[in-house]
Amino acid sequence: MGWSLIRVYTVLVYLFMFLPVAVVVLLSFNASQFGSFPMTGLSFRWFVELAQNEAILRAFRTSILLGALTAVISTTLGVLASLALVRYNIAGRNLISTLLIAPILVPEVVLAVALLLFLNFLSINKSFFLLLMGHVIFTLPFVILVVQARLVGIRRDYEEAALSLGASPVQTFFQITLPLLSPAVFAGMLFAFTISFDDITGTLFWKPGGVETVPTQIFAMLRNSISPEINALGTVMIFLTVGLPLLGLAIARRMAMQRGG
Amino acid sequence: MSVEARERRQPWILLSPALTAIGLLLFVPLFFIVVYSFWLRTATGADQVGFYLDNWNEALTDPFYRDILFSTLRIAAITTVACAVLGYPAAYFIARSRGNKALLLLLLMLPFWISYIIRTMSWINILGVSGAVNWVLLNLGITAEPIQMLYNEPTVILGLVHFLLPFMVLNVYVALEGVDVSLEDAACSLGSTRWQAFREVTLPLSLPGLAAGGLLCFVLSAGTYITPLVLGGPTDAMYANLVFEAIITQLNWPLGSALSLMLLGVLGALVLVYNHYLGMGQLMKGLG
Repeated sequence: MGWSLIRVYTVLVYLFMFLPVAVVVLLSFNASQFGSFPMTGLSFRWFVELAQNEAILRAFRTSILLGALTAVISTTLGVLASLALVRYNIAGRNLISTLLIAPILVPEVVLAVALLLFLNFLSINKSFFLLLMGHVIFTLPFVILVVQARLVGIRRDYEEAALSLGASPVQTFFQITLPLLSPAVFAGMLFAFTISFDDITGTLFWKPGGVETVPTQIFAMLRNSISPEINALGTVMIFLTVGLPLLGLAIARRMAMQRGG
Repeated sequence: MSVEARERRQPWILLSPALTAIGLLLFVPLFFIVVYSFWLRTATGADQVGFYLDNWNEALTDPFYRDILFSTLRIAAITTVACAVLGYPAAYFIARSRGNKALLLLLLMLPFWISYIIRTMSWINILGVSGAVNWVLLNLGITAEPIQMLYNEPTVILGLVHFLLPFMVLNVYVALEGVDVSLEDAACSLGSTRWQAFREVTLPLSLPGLAAGGLLCFVLSAGTYITPLVLGGPTDAMYANLVFEAIITQLNWPLGSALSLMLLGVLGALVLVYNHYLGMGQLMKGLG
């Protein structure tokens, strides 16, 4: 009795989490002129309009470039730091871990203000560079957490074997450690990219005038009213950040199953 | 250089880029705004360097700022409680379910991959004047005119709960996974009811997860900037909106520094209290 009640409750909680998003996707195919009910028919017209909207395309390009650069820089810093934390016994390790994850503990607005005002004091104005530095700093802790979790599972024996067989530390790193690390590196980059791609609060503080990322573009469009175009943009974003990874996962799983016979 | 000395230096070489980045882009800037908050923005727009308490005086005593600080904390508290009430049973169900646990967990992770701004604005499609609820009400003849249900404090809280619920469920789930099911069975076999066993064994053991989820929900909602702008009305500003207003609109950077530090101080104190009693371990488990 109690159990089925909890089951119903859980179903309702999941509906609460997903129904509004499902409505966004549904309405993006609405043929009607207004971004609202009733559905007057299925249509792709809003996606076509999206593809012709120069501002949105520009925002996509900015977001992708920013996300990619953030992912590369943040993952490089994060992998190096994680290696040090997992592979070596260092003094003050707890303190260092806390320092490295500090950007998560500081509210994003405060982080945004501090960085903006400090770099401004150094005569570095709002720019793509400032935006990039900001994104690196708040993605770094997440990368470190994810990469560290993966690193713990990798045994040192292979590296020691390579070293004892005469490989140099650098050779060992590139030929043994890095290939073993690659799932962790990939996970870190994906995570950093997603967080950067989704960020809006810090971005609003740091972005120079005229530069928009996809979230800030959506935010600017919301100022007027909700339009079917926003729903269509939302659907595209959901497809990119949820659909593609799930598809990749499904394909990887199928391939692994086929290989396994 | 001896092998040992190199061994000892290596981790620091690996750590130095990340520590330098965090030092230069977080700690030095934080220290800078502490200093900055004692400067003064003059009417001409120039900064007067010195040790003035005016900004702090304004941030601490101006009733406008104080009221918004309190309402921000109230909104964060309500959001946290709502997330706990909605999230705990769901997390319990996932942790104890046998059949489709993998699917439930995958679904639980999905919201983290869906853009925050889209999840927030999705409520306009539901509760707006031409949204789903009004459409149903009009068609059933319950109302003659569409009702504006948006742009008030409850919808801000709704948006925050929708955004933060997955954080809560995930943290409680991680804690419940660590609680042995057989403990509850043991309690039952010793004569307690299922409910008693849950209340006296499982619930206390899962409290660290609930606390970690609660801390995340509280800190993230108290620092929120976008949700009140999308789902709130003109009088529903939260503290982060004040900060943005001071920095970007009024260009009063010293005052904006003081306001930011107020927010950091209040939330930082909470994190310190949490850390003192529970440590950061549980929080890291949930995030990692």
